[in-house]
Amino acid sequence: MGILEVKGVNKRFGGLQALGDVNLSVKENSVHAIIGPNGAGKSTLLNCLVGKLIPDTGSVMFDGQSVLGRAPFEINQMGISRVFQTPEIFGELTVMENMMIPIFAKRDGAFRMHAYETVQNEKQIVEAAEEMLEEMNMADKRDMNSASLSRGDKRRLEIGMCLSQQPRLLLLDEPTAGMARADTNNTIDLLKQIRDERDITIAIIEHDMHVVFSLADRITVLAQGTPLVEDSPENIRGNPKVREAYLGESA
Amino acid sequence: MLGLNKKDTSLLLIVAVLTLLAPFILNPFPEGSAMAQFNAGYPDLMQRFVIFGIFAIGFNILFGLTGYLSFGHAAFLGVGSYAAVWMFKLISYNVIPAILLSVVVAGLFSLLIGFISLRRSGIYFSILTLAFAQMSFALAYSVLSNPKFNLTNGETGLQVYADDPQWFHRANAPDLPHLFGVSMRSTYTMDVGGWSFDFNAGYYLCAVIMMVVFYLAIRIFRSPFGMMLRAVKSNQQRMNYTGLNSRPYTLAAFVISGMYAGLAGGLMAAMDPLAGAERMQWTASGEVVLMTILGGTGTLIGPVLGAGFIKYFENIFSKINDNVLHSWFAFLPDGMEDFMVFIIHPFIGKGWHLTLGLLFMLVVIFLPGGLVEGGQKLLNWVRGKRKDKKTSGKTEPAE
Repeated sequence: MGILEVKGVNKRFGGLQALGDVNLSVKENSVHAIIGPNGAGKSTLLNCLVGKLIPDTGSVMFDGQSVLGRAPFEINQMGISRVFQTPEIFGELTVMENMMIPIFAKRDGAFRMHAYETVQNEKQIVEAAEEMLEEMNMADKRDMNSASLSRGDKRRLEIGMCLSQQPRLLLLDEPTAGMARADTNNTIDLLKQIRDERDITIAIIEHDMHVVFSLADRITVLAQGTPLVEDSPENIRGNPKVREAYLGESA
Repeated sequence: MLGLNKKDTSLLLIVAVLTLLAPFILNPFPEGSAMAQFNAGYPDLMQRFVIFGIFAIGFNILFGLTGYLSFGHAAFLGVGSYAAVWMFKLISYNVIPAILLSVVVAGLFSLLIGFISLRRSGIYFSILTLAFAQMSFALAYSVLSNPKFNLTNGETGLQVYADDPQWFHRANAPDLPHLFGVSMRSTYTMDVGGWSFDFNAGYYLCAVIMMVVFYLAIRIFRSPFGMMLRAVKSNQQRMNYTGLNSRPYTLAAFVISGMYAGLAGGLMAAMDPLAGAERMQWTASGEVVLMTILGGTGTLIGPVLGAGFIKYFENIFSKINDNVLHSWFAFLPDGMEDFMVFIIHPFIGKGWHLTLGLLFMLVVIFLPGGLVEGGQKLLNWVRGKRKDKKTSGKTEPAE
């Protein structure tokens, strides 16, 4: 029984069957990659996991609880953090403030009216945020406006924000999309470090095979909204069905 | 001091000094001199400065922090005024219960309107608040003023009549709004040489209240709650995926700013026990938006400056008429004099809106950060000049 269990999920947009009978099981403390050609339904599946979309049929269970019908913030409070394809950070706030907000959310829940306290006096939270910035190698950018960070740093910050909440499941939506090779390699190293040092489950949607094969323990190949095959990276590499559906274009 | 850092403390102190010494600062010209018409230190106008300052500070908590642009905040101001006048009619002329009730009623009213309007964001939110404010105006102007049920007294405006109950009115208390016997209208006039300075009880009540709510606004800006409100403005998507529910945060900000508006309305009624529906009209809602943007959205002091700026124009510029202009240009030959008056005429008196509009355009185009940005630029420029002088002074001996 995995930490994330997707069973019989269907999603239809008008005449388009975006997801057809998707079953997926993500084991705890593993890195599970979901790959597939454009339009395979990867992002739709991800959106069904985080509460942005509700599947027409089927169930999505996280740690034995259904996530269906819950708002994104409730699902996050259950322990799922999401990294977006283009980094979503609080652009008008400083790097430090960006890092503090998720820690506040973890401690205080979805809403708290702490209007008469002062941010700087929240010692625990300031310390935790500084620690995480240290870990992300961003301590020197503490007081910068986060909108002025480089693309790679924005990605680092976003991953750090998610990790600061100590999520049990980290969802990554094409974390290296549009990145230069050097930035991609940095991100891979960062994710490897996270995988090795933390008790965390990672589900990653990715286009870049280099990223997938250097990180994943299990791979699910999605084609036309349906899982084609699920296996270890070595077997996926050699699987003729996968080559035909996906790798065939480039390999 | 008071849990503020050094910069905020000095800002609070500056505001305190300026408001307390306003009767001097706003009356720089001697009585009877040609410039005396630019004096703004009379009680009526000073009261309006601080009352609209309170209104704008509250509006800025919503608009400046969360970015939700409400076009209906005058409704809360109006509701506050009505609540205060009802307290005068029923309880007594003491301003304390009136002000308290105006804040509470405006808070409840904004909770209702905010709950519905905040289901949408952006322009739809603005339109919803505008619609609610206009409905409130219509209610106050006609619907809630019929012989059977007269809550607002329609066009005439709600006021206190001799046959009103005033259950707790004591015989020795003044027959005007008062604070435990001190009438809001009591003014001490100090004559020094050619100058005359007015110290008005009502103004000082408003000024003290403004300092308190300004302090509270600073606390909100620096609190985790304030940080969350800025997060709402910055990226709601990230906020929701970070486990934060943005709805109650925006609603709380909306209610707080509604209560500030109600407080301003209550104070208005306390200064002059009359409440009319025109206070709720959309032009009044638009005015507070102008004040906030003109002063500097999202800055602490900006809205207060904007409020002062607009109210000064409204009251001082609108008083300049053709006769005044003629006296200014009397030194020119007759034809030229008439020509100058003809050119300037549309911008003064009733045309003060035109001048304000031009200034507003200039500020928005050249100083998007409002008057505060202008002040900072000026300060940097002065500092830069001083630095230049220092460095050039140092390099000179080397030559």
